[in-house]
Amino acid sequence: MRASTFPAFSRSRLWPAVVLLMLAPLLSACGYNTIPTAEENAKAAWSEVLNQYQRRADLIPNLVETVKGYASHEKEVLEGVVEARAKATQVTVTPETLSDPNAFKAFQDNQAQLTGALSRLLAVVENYPDLKANQNFLALQAQLEGTENRIAVARRDYIGAVRDYNLTLRTFPSVIWAKLWFTDAQPFQNFTVEQDKMDAPKVDFGTKSGG
Amino acid sequence: MRMMRTGFRSSALAAFALAFALIAIAAPVRAVELPALTGRVVDTAGMIDAATEAELTAKLAAFEQKSSDQIVVATIDSLDGEAIEPYANRLFRAWKLGQAGEDNGILLLVAKNDRRMRIEVGYGLEGTLTDLHSKLIIENTMVPAFRAGDFSRGIDKAVDDIIMVAEGNGEELQARAERNQPSQDSGFDWFVVLFGLLWATIFFGGFAMAILPRIFGRKIAPGRYTWLGMNFDFRNKGGSSSGSGGWSSGRSSGGGWSSGGGGFSGGGGSSGGGGSSGSW
Repeated sequence: MRASTFPAFSRSRLWPAVVLLMLAPLLSACGYNTIPTAEENAKAAWSEVLNQYQRRADLIPNLVETVKGYASHEKEVLEGVVEARAKATQVTVTPETLSDPNAFKAFQDNQAQLTGALSRLLAVVENYPDLKANQNFLALQAQLEGTENRIAVARRDYIGAVRDYNLTLRTFPSVIWAKLWFTDAQPFQNFTVEQDKMDAPKVDFGTKSGG
Repeated sequence: MRMMRTGFRSSALAAFALAFALIAIAAPVRAVELPALTGRVVDTAGMIDAATEAELTAKLAAFEQKSSDQIVVATIDSLDGEAIEPYANRLFRAWKLGQAGEDNGILLLVAKNDRRMRIEVGYGLEGTLTDLHSKLIIENTMVPAFRAGDFSRGIDKAVDDIIMVAEGNGEELQARAERNQPSQDSGFDWFVVLFGLLWATIFFGGFAMAILPRIFGRKIAPGRYTWLGMNFDFRNKGGSSSGSGGWSSGRSSGGGWSSGGGGFSGGGGSSGGGGSSGSW
């Protein structure tokens, strides 16, 4: 019985199955691969963001020590930096939790606070010519500037990668795959620009008294 | 009814026209044009004299021959309000400086009217030409010469310094140059040859099996041949022909050494914002 059904199966059913199997790679042409590809790109871009923020956090202890040697009585500013660093390193957003808006917002707020504390520190440093001439401080400052710029680049890359990923979840034809197959794929959170940075810069030539 | 239809049609046409008009307006929004990569020295702002430019080009070409590192000098008139860091990064990535996968490019950018300069370093050289090196080159070499108004000398000296630092790590330089040798292609070629052979065997094998036994084989019965110890049966059995589906593969050229002969183009490298900026 079995022997007689097998050839029947192979004649009528095998060829369509083989043809379908050969057509399977063509699925990539209709958007099946775009969602996982875009997701991995976004995750990789996020890892680079984390990497550069970590690099900044690693520079800070050295910087604080160097500044302390010259400006030990600027306690408030120095402590502000140390505190902000501690807070910023506590919150990390792993690539798996990128779709969580709360964690992302906490991360972004903490890093923004650290940025603020650092810029206050660098503003205070302007009052200490000896410190500004210190070779060690110059080196740290160059590294910090470079790291801030790398953070900016990494953030820009992440914003682009997430935009691409979120678009694949909402646009044709990949949205079909998102609904049918990748049902657990959630849009990732993206950076928002703080309100104070969106306002156009005001030019003030000191003509107004007081200010 | 007819009136309504024509009315509908004309309003649809109007909507299309409007959409096209909107697209036409929206397209040229991104107006900030990047200069074209015309050579190793792209002096759009005209800050470098001809003799220095020729000398720089020769120097940079020789250095790329030696190390595969791509160093490019660019001057622009104005940044149009953009900060120099994002502009330099955009320009670096648009020009794809450095070899692909190695990212060993360096861009020395000067914005004349903004009085800003930047050394943008590709991912692969961040460890060799550190941010501090870039900063020191800008502050100690470029800024004094620029303040004296001697742009050519400042840029020339800065390029010398960059090359000196890049050469400083001798072993690493040697290794990098060897990794990107143009003659390393031989290993890759073998792979292509093998792949081509395999592909041709599969693709043409079917034809060969159908034709060659009839020509070279020994006929043992009508429609049956024996060749190379194998029996071939060509009697038609109810038209069960097997279609040979195949897909062709575009042969990739294997990117790599990009700067041959007259033209110069980036090798496919990228930058993540390493380097340093300054102003004079």
